Amino acid sequence: MQPSDLQPENFAAYPPLARELAVAHLPIFRKLPLTFLSSLLLQVIDYDFRFPEERRAIDQELSCLSSLDPGQLDGWFAPFAKISLSPKLERMDWAGRPAVFLEEESAWLWTTQQQDAFRAAAMEYQTHLESAVAVAPLPVCRLGIALVGQGVSTWDAPLFRNLRPHGTWFREVGAENGLAALLGVVESRASAHPVPFGHWYIDGGDLADHSDGLTCVSWTALRPVRSALLNYMQKQIQQPGMGPEQLRTNLAQLQPADLGMGVNSDPVLDRFQLKILTEGSGTQIFSTTFAQWTAREALRRAQPLTMLVRFAPRQRQRPMNEMLSNAGAAPELDPAGSLVDADMGAWYQWINQQRLPGYDRSVFIAWFEGHKQALVIAPTLPRGTQSNTPMDIQKLISLAVG
Amino acid sequence: MGADTMSSRAIAGSVSRSRRDFLREAAGLSLGAALMSASPFVSAESVRRRRKVIVITFGGGARDQETFAPEGQENIPHLLNELIPQSSFFTQVVNRGILGHYVATASLATGVYETLNNFSAVPPQHPTVFEYFRRDLRRPADDAWVVAPSNGFNRIGESDSRRYGSGATVVLPKRLLQAATAGTQVDYEHLLHDNYETPLYTPQVEGNEFELQQMESVLKLSVGDFLAHARTLASPDELSVYIAKRLMALFAPSLLWITMHDIDIAHSGAYSLYIDGIQRTDRLCAELWRAVQSEPEYAGNTTLLILPDFGRDADQDSGGNGFQHHRTGDIASRTTWMMVMGAGARSGVVYDRPVQSIDLVPSLGAMLGFSPVDSLGKPINELL
Repeated sequence: MQPSDLQPENFAAYPPLARELAVAHLPIFRKLPLTFLSSLLLQVIDYDFRFPEERRAIDQELSCLSSLDPGQLDGWFAPFAKISLSPKLERMDWAGRPAVFLEEESAWLWTTQQQDAFRAAAMEYQTHLESAVAVAPLPVCRLGIALVGQGVSTWDAPLFRNLRPHGTWFREVGAENGLAALLGVVESRASAHPVPFGHWYIDGGDLADHSDGLTCVSWTALRPVRSALLNYMQKQIQQPGMGPEQLRTNLAQLQPADLGMGVNSDPVLDRFQLKILTEGSGTQIFSTTFAQWTAREALRRAQPLTMLVRFAPRQRQRPMNEMLSNAGAAPELDPAGSLVDADMGAWYQWINQQRLPGYDRSVFIAWFEGHKQALVIAPTLPRGTQSNTPMDIQKLISLAVG
Repeated sequence: MGADTMSSRAIAGSVSRSRRDFLREAAGLSLGAALMSASPFVSAESVRRRRKVIVITFGGGARDQETFAPEGQENIPHLLNELIPQSSFFTQVVNRGILGHYVATASLATGVYETLNNFSAVPPQHPTVFEYFRRDLRRPADDAWVVAPSNGFNRIGESDSRRYGSGATVVLPKRLLQAATAGTQVDYEHLLHDNYETPLYTPQVEGNEFELQQMESVLKLSVGDFLAHARTLASPDELSVYIAKRLMALFAPSLLWITMHDIDIAHSGAYSLYIDGIQRTDRLCAELWRAVQSEPEYAGNTTLLILPDFGRDADQDSGGNGFQHHRTGDIASRTTWMMVMGAGARSGVVYDRPVQSIDLVPSLGAMLGFSPVDSLGKPINELL
């Protein structure tokens, strides 16, 4: 089937809002190359469970595409149209199951050495779209906060090396009530700008006390879900003929209820958390990976105005000799290794924040929890400098966000 | 853009020094173009018959910024200070194929960009370097070995080609350890998960791999001794090097291929473990080179080639998640390096021109005197 053959019934299995959206945009879908349309449909099919910012972006994109004249469509999509697909791919139910199709398509692109062409086409399309779609001003500058090093008493190695060239490195920050003060900033912004899914608190351990109004995700709170997922995966891989592609497909079809989620909780957030655990590599095993990937995906999808990520110690990876000699030992924590992980996680959090609209006004604070080191990136502060001026966290916050 | 802020694109663009610059500076080497006329590789047949070649894939995939870039050099003190000064260093080795570890290693071993399923235990689609080597040079089975990390590599030793078909014996140390610990209470799940790309999946082994029963008869190693030694080692790659050194001492194979894999724990997302893997692999490469110097069969007549199978995604590429994976096909994930040292290699020379991963096999063919007729790569002139 080609996109030009699409009919409303091809979307019969979509959730209600997604189906309505797809049918309404059939005319433009029919004009798009399959190599592109399948990716677009992957966004559309989950419309009912997407964050408000994602829905707005999808609406904008569909509206933009619908407004293009034939010449513009040719110009935008010629690179995609040059990519060839196999007859087998074209025969798939790509409209009804775009995720399965994309899995197969990806393997095809790599095998036929068309991955680079696809990548170039996607980047070119993104450039077209960004220049065509208006960006609404933010009600307040975006603020990201990363707390690293929980549980580390002393640390002599350098910290924030990737971030330092972009901000001011503070060496004499009073640590007292630091977590409460930083959470307080998040809470006050949530209160002042009550945007749905606009203010996040992600914790790689237990959530600290916080007020309502924040979107919270924590490693500890998801323990039962993680256990259920690992049990499910273990059973799956013991099935005859199970391979990694099939396992991924099966994981993608899991619903929150399959892992015990969905009781008195938000269905959009449940879906988000499920995807963190089923699509993220290592998110089921290491809390630092969980926190980093959750932050990345929340920034990419929900585009929050405020995000605080608190990294916590992950379990220690035991060396081979220790495993062989002391098989039944309970896993210990690795605070030092987790600090290294979190330092990189903070860097990635900032990079992902800078991919969002308003990056030129955005602010980022990284703090070595319980210690004197912090790094602030803000339009009002110089880059690549160091401050040895003693100050408390409140003063640091004032310098960062005014 | 404000003076104090940068978008991710600007960050990417702000890298002021090219990778070849910092690689050249790191190595402290001279440019190689002027040296092309005087090849140190002597191709006389008598020399070829004594020549040993060891290939180490610095796996599974490491980026410049954690290795040869200024900020990464602290992770590779052995490569930087001990090995590179003795090496010809190629700053741009480009892999244009599929960036999965098995398929990429198969491509390195055949000189063709293989398109097999990375997660299936299938043989390479084209003849391997081991088959060319053994058939053209009439070498016995114990003259070509592969030591590889995971079950998925058990077919790497030979293709299904009817023209060839006799390649290298493949040793899978992790599988041996798994077999040796079967029935015990040892929790080897985390250690022995087959690979880090799909950590919960282990392909079934079927093929010409080295079995536990052969350990005693071939490696002269009891299961007890093997396990006892394993208990002194920190990682599967350390076990691989132990096996490799054992093979060198017992058989002195002329063609030995060792695939390292500890670094690929990066897929778990734990940056510190990725760095640990790089530091360990750095140490193991030097350890193996020292073993070469101490083995009479190898000292003075061995060429060692070290190269990653590919890199990892750049931090700034929005399609990936930085060091964690190699999925985007960006420049960082496709571009890596190679060092060649020992017999015939020019010491302290850096070559900037791009070469491809598939050029390895034709280059080995030129060094050793076999003809990899199906390879699509080209011999690297600087090694001839």
